[in-house]
Amino acid sequence: MAIEIPAALTQEQLRAMLRTMLTIRQFDQRALELYREGVMRGSTHPYIGMEAVAVGACAALHPNDRITSTHRGHGHCLAKGGDPRLMMAELLGKATGYCKGKGGSMHIADLEAGILGANGIVGGGIGLAAGAALAAQLAGRDDVTVCFFGDGALNQGILHESANLAAIWKLPVVFVCENNQYAMSARADKFTSVPDPTVRATAYGFPGVGCDGMDVLAVYRAVADAAARARAGGGPSLIVCVTYRYFGHHVGDPLNYRDKAEVDAWRRRDPIERFEQTLIGRGVLAAADVEQLRGEVAGEIESAVAFAKASPEPELTALMEDVYA
Amino acid sequence: MSRPLIETTPTAPAGIRSLTYAEALNEALREEMRRDPRVFVLGEDVAVWGGGGIFGVTKGLVDEFGPQRVRDTPISEEAIAAVAIGAAVAGARPVAEFMYVDFMGLAMEPIVNQAAKIRYMFGGKARVPVVFRAQQGAGRGNAAQHSQSLEAWFAHIPGLKVVTPSAPADAKGLLISAIRDDNPVVFLEHKALYNLRGPVPEGEFTIPLGVADRKREGRHATFVGVHTMVHKALAAAETLAKEGIELEVIDPRSLVPFDLDTVVASVRKTGRLVVGHEAYERCGIGAEIITQVVTAAFDALDAPPLRLCAKNVPIPYNAGLEAAALPQAEDIVTAVRRLVA
Ligand SMILES: Cc1ncc(C[n+]2csc(CCOP(=O)(O)OP(=O)(O)O)c2C)c(N)n1
Repeated sequence: MAIEIPAALTQEQLRAMLRTMLTIRQFDQRALELYREGVMRGSTHPYIGMEAVAVGACAALHPNDRITSTHRGHGHCLAKGGDPRLMMAELLGKATGYCKGKGGSMHIADLEAGILGANGIVGGGIGLAAGAALAAQLAGRDDVTVCFFGDGALNQGILHESANLAAIWKLPVVFVCENNQYAMSARADKFTSVPDPTVRATAYGFPGVGCDGMDVLAVYRAVADAAARARAGGGPSLIVCVTYRYFGHHVGDPLNYRDKAEVDAWRRRDPIERFEQTLIGRGVLAAADVEQLRGEVAGEIESAVAFAKASPEPELTALMEDVYA
Repeated sequence: MSRPLIETTPTAPAGIRSLTYAEALNEALREEMRRDPRVFVLGEDVAVWGGGGIFGVTKGLVDEFGPQRVRDTPISEEAIAAVAIGAAVAGARPVAEFMYVDFMGLAMEPIVNQAAKIRYMFGGKARVPVVFRAQQGAGRGNAAQHSQSLEAWFAHIPGLKVVTPSAPADAKGLLISAIRDDNPVVFLEHKALYNLRGPVPEGEFTIPLGVADRKREGRHATFVGVHTMVHKALAAAETLAKEGIELEVIDPRSLVPFDLDTVVASVRKTGRLVVGHEAYERCGIGAEIITQVVTAAFDALDAPPLRLCAKNVPIPYNAGLEAAALPQAEDIVTAVRRLVA
């Protein structure tokens, strides 16, 4: 099955997309190590296996567009232009981190890059995304908001309420559901009443589109269409990206609810390997270029870790700062 | 990684088993489900995940009672609460689990406007025997949306009972009473206490709601605290004892109903009161406890009562900041020293 490369994407963009996918994977591999070493506290939710979703979606966005993210937010943040050094420093709770060490993995935000924050509440970003889209509409701007959420959030009431609002107000928001098959131990196919959640969009009167979430170009295409529609005043869309998380929900997941054969089958469809093959097959990159990218990214992640480790702890005087503006 | 947040009580007296706080809760659920077929459990990841619950509280229940009575739900907190309330009104006795108390924000409508008010609004004609379980508290780097202590939210609402055990035996005895209670009970556990070990009586064992427990006797000051603050006060009491200051430590165990008599009797003896909780100081349960004591026994107080609570700030992620946001044993030592000086 030959994968079409969308004409709108330049070679430079394609290369950057692969680089970001590699960055996400290596960032989260490193985060897992730091967590297991006890250097990082709280919890960490690896995005590994799902890189095509964040990268495909954000490649379709303009710098002024916004995203809302989830507890599994490192990939979204990196894809929207987040700085791995400031992210890593946040994971280590350092004063130089995105949130001055106050937020940690689940609350990384970069308002200037249009990242309205990871979120510790399942579904917590959904209404916020609709609100950000409302602000753009009120201000007469043409930027859009992409709202990432997991299959688990499909069953939060806020999705229904926000989808309906977005529809009646024609808000420029794209709801991107990352169906990675599980919400902790809850299998999406058992905990959602319809096997294909895209049909829900019909009930709200906007498009519902399914896409292969292991194919970065498929995600790009779906989000680019939905974003163009939103920008033109056509209102919201729902895109359901079918994907998989390779690791446990977080470190310490007993993983007794899925078997290794299933994981292996998904790993054989690895989004990074597939994209590499496509780019090499189309002559966009040579195998050696890919190796070089990998090395560059590894260096960048190591320097992010070094920056984070060398950074100072926040002063205790920071405790009571930032509660109010 | 780091030392446990709460030191564990070493051994049980001869003849009494020692269980963890999580195991004690599990035993309470199991025994009540065996005794009463109307009792059932619902919540996120209570059946399949690791054999039952992210902290193991519902471990093995699905194996014994099956998926009808131990129900994994979608991530739908409002529906979990509302369905449990509806089932309770219609004759079942549900125990609904919320993974973190912070997520109960999503379920406040049914808990506050339905569960708490149904009996009264209907002129006493209905019963709402439902337990809402959740764990709360800080200390694990879970940051602002997973570390709160929200007991005061619920204690504010007439019609709800609020229970906060700090020891394994209390956890068992109080949970059984909560399940047998004909009213909605918000049963709040603490995430740092699940591995705490202590003696727990076997078999039928209940502790009535509204009866405080004196965890340590003393005559110079009274400490009344919630959850981890009981343990921090016990540690502080050891330090203070070396200086000749005897701190009495009282765990109210349930905040609604509240055992004012026990607290007042203690204050009449010591003349000094310190309250402590991990919940934010402003409008916390400590303010209520102090008001009740001052109103009932102003004459007994030799010094103004003190609060040692979390600062009025969202709980930060960084370890040093998080520790600074919370009241620590050393803060109790310092405060009590000053109070008795
Ligand atoms: C309101 C709320 N309920 C429950 C949780 C606990 N929790 C965190 S992540 C998660 C599963 C989320 O699954 P999904 O939305 O599919 O995202 P995934 O983890 O698969 O990326 C749960 C139950 C939470 N954080 N917030």
